[in-house]
Amino acid sequence: MATTAPETFQAHDDAHGHSAHDHDHKPGFFARWFMSTNHKDIGTLYLIFAIFAGLIGGAFSGMMRVELAEPGIQHLDTFAKWFGNPNPTFDQALHLWNMLITAHGLIMVFFMVMPAIIGGFGNWFVPLMIGAPDMAFPRMNNISFWLTVTGFISLLISAFLPGGTGNGPATGWTVYAPLSTSGSPGLSVDFAIFALHLAGAGSILGAINFITTIFNMRAPGMTMHKMPLFAWSVLVTAFLLLLALPVLAAAITMLITDRNFGTTFFDAAGGGDPVLYQHLFWFFGHPEVYIMILPGFGIISHIVSTFSRKPIFGYLGMAYAMVAIGVVGFVVWAHHMYTAGLSVNTKMYFTAATMVIAVPTGIKIFSWIATMWGGSMQFKSPMIWAIGFIFLFTVGGVTGVVLANGGVDDVLHDTYYVVAHFHYVLSLGAVTALFAGFYYWFPKMSGRWHSEFLAKLHFLVFFVGVNLIFFPMHFLGLQGMPRRYPDFAEAYAHWNHVATVGYFIMAASLVIWFVNVIYAFTMGKKAEDNYWGEGATTLEWTLSSPPPFHQFETLPVIDDKHHH
Amino acid sequence: MILGEDARTLRRGLKVFGLSMGGPVLAALAAPQAFAQDAAVVAAGAYERMKPTPGKGMPVDDGLGLQAQYSPLGDYAQWIHDGVLMPIITVITLIVLGLLLWVMARYNRRFNPVPSKTSHNTFIEVIWTLVPVLILVGIAVPSIDLLAKQYKPAPEKALTVKVTGNQWFWTYTYPDNGGFEVMSYMLNLPGQPVVNNGVRELGTDPSDGPSHLEVDNRMVVPAGEPIRLQITASDVIHSFAVPSLWFKLDAVPGRINEKVLFIKEPGVYYGQCSELCGAKHGYMPIAVEALPRDKYNAWVLTQSGGAIDGQPAPAEAAAEGAPAATPTAAAPASSEAAPAASAAPAA
Repeated sequence: MATTAPETFQAHDDAHGHSAHDHDHKPGFFARWFMSTNHKDIGTLYLIFAIFAGLIGGAFSGMMRVELAEPGIQHLDTFAKWFGNPNPTFDQALHLWNMLITAHGLIMVFFMVMPAIIGGFGNWFVPLMIGAPDMAFPRMNNISFWLTVTGFISLLISAFLPGGTGNGPATGWTVYAPLSTSGSPGLSVDFAIFALHLAGAGSILGAINFITTIFNMRAPGMTMHKMPLFAWSVLVTAFLLLLALPVLAAAITMLITDRNFGTTFFDAAGGGDPVLYQHLFWFFGHPEVYIMILPGFGIISHIVSTFSRKPIFGYLGMAYAMVAIGVVGFVVWAHHMYTAGLSVNTKMYFTAATMVIAVPTGIKIFSWIATMWGGSMQFKSPMIWAIGFIFLFTVGGVTGVVLANGGVDDVLHDTYYVVAHFHYVLSLGAVTALFAGFYYWFPKMSGRWHSEFLAKLHFLVFFVGVNLIFFPMHFLGLQGMPRRYPDFAEAYAHWNHVATVGYFIMAASLVIWFVNVIYAFTMGKKAEDNYWGEGATTLEWTLSSPPPFHQFETLPVIDDKHHH
Repeated sequence: MILGEDARTLRRGLKVFGLSMGGPVLAALAAPQAFAQDAAVVAAGAYERMKPTPGKGMPVDDGLGLQAQYSPLGDYAQWIHDGVLMPIITVITLIVLGLLLWVMARYNRRFNPVPSKTSHNTFIEVIWTLVPVLILVGIAVPSIDLLAKQYKPAPEKALTVKVTGNQWFWTYTYPDNGGFEVMSYMLNLPGQPVVNNGVRELGTDPSDGPSHLEVDNRMVVPAGEPIRLQITASDVIHSFAVPSLWFKLDAVPGRINEKVLFIKEPGVYYGQCSELCGAKHGYMPIAVEALPRDKYNAWVLTQSGGAIDGQPAPAEAAAEGAPAATPTAAAPASSEAAPAASAAPAA
């Protein structure tokens, strides 16, 4: 257990003689929220931003599901009008569809999941968990956030600029050349690329910040092997960001020069190669999917341990499983390109390497169950979300094993089976982990209790909704329905309709969530310091709820007893 | 049109056995207005656009699994999916679900108020590392074998068809048959905005297949023999995909991707472009019409510039030669496909 030792590592002179609240020294509103250097405030900003971006990205997916409710094109005209095209042609309406899929992907990846799970929870809880007063580079932390916001604004602007057939970037989130170069004249794609540059720069700075913080600012006695698993997960994630994002930045910079300055990196006519772009993109893109899920693994570990009242089973195995996932995640990228025309040996290698990832992932799933085994489980809302996560992530994981097989993937590639797979690990995996973390830490962050009843109802409705959306997509994909299609053959109508119904159920669950947040801020009880009780053993539970504006002015000292 | 459908199938069967008289008679029963045309067709042994069999080579309503396969490697891959992967992932998912339900029922605060302090068990950790490794090795064996088979190149004499993806249609070029080119657009859908100007609407021909999947000019190929598909694109990346033939290969501008297509039996097999290629990405389907070799040859001769073995062959010669060429439709006839073969169509 952590103990504080006021006589050692006194970071702050006590001459102020401050009272419990006095030492906060909170700046005024503008300085606090717009020029913030406080990791908790920046974390809050990231969370608010992610919710806002997620609502836009979610609204886009709602427009897609409404259009896909039945065969034929029914609503794209109307949607195109919403985006400022008073009289859209049929092609422009179809272009809008491609803009929706592009924006949905980019927003959810770069402006919802990443800001929420790394920027939000990472900023909030990594310093708290390792006993640090703040991040290593507080001002860089601030610019990371505002670069992300600026990137988002750039992406929103791109939706209203000409992008070829119609307005907005219509290249898919992968921005494949030559559709994104010669195939998309107009400023729109340039703004979308600029958005990625900005968000990417913000994430690289954030990654540097996390790595430095975790390596240098752990409390005395907290060795790497005593560090909480969430901090481990963010550390691995930060390394993935640091190594992957520069490759993306290079690739999309080459897109910019191909588009505007006459280079031919990805144009065969000038000696380039469109498939080179895919290699570069997925060298980033595959680690990116682990970037989105690894911090979720960390969150789930803490929740399972807390509510089982047991230390996490196989701590070292859990930590190094994440390291292994991170390392192997860098050498499997071409499984996204099985149909691009790879050689047989390449395809065999990537088949084998991709399947290897199932091993550390399996270790994590089984270790979570082993943590619960023999435990004294209490089904508070975060635990219910966490158990839901373990099951949903397993479903998403096993379809990944199917897709890993290059020869089998020939029929599933770019179909709804793939859409189902990655939404099970992201929309149902990462997002479920986000909500689990939200209910786990919300009273800690806000000092107010949410309603446990509403939190559980939220889970129930969300669980039904997302499974209705995404499980039928396996059937659609096996039957051959390609992804990124606004329209489909009659045979696909039934399961598409079911998925659209599921969307509205999922949307209703978000209403429950918002009601819950409003309830917490208006009527919620005050949360005590360690409101989950003895199972919650990490350092954030030694602090008040919400924690003081500046915590650990006296660094906590971690004793030799087992602690994670 | 059930009767008409049956009549056509029957007629095709009869023709294979040389009983050409049966054709016009049955056709006349089903569709009198088509009598004259059908008679001419059968007499000439010429090409007739095939009517797809419902549910074959296309998605089925509310379908849950893979489309039925019509290629040998498709059968093999489908077995790997349905017979190996699906059982394994279903069992693993059910085991995880079962374990979760068990721990929730057994190790909760009511039934187990005092938690154990166990946090390590090397034996079980080794087990749950090694068992998945063994399972994956078991999956990898057939999976790698499938890959090796999929990459076996076509025999040198195999028919070559060049497939080019364009925004937003496909072109099929037949270098072994005179180098003619077929442009393939999706049929417009009744009651929907016009997708392709100048292309007819779905349902204006009795041989039209499902909406969103049927095209004006199909890619016609012979069944029962390996075909070398060379796939490229003229503008952006497209992907040539036919689910019921377990075939998907990207069409990349500036590259030629090559793969063998082998269709076991005649039929119409539908697919759709599977790489985002711009506004009408959803409206450039693929329809592959696989015919017995003789009918394929007859089709070739209906194309302007079409030639069998380098001979443009006047209509009369073709009319006599084609039906006699291959008595058994399903027999592999790779030698016929060779452009260099000097003999007459009779192999």
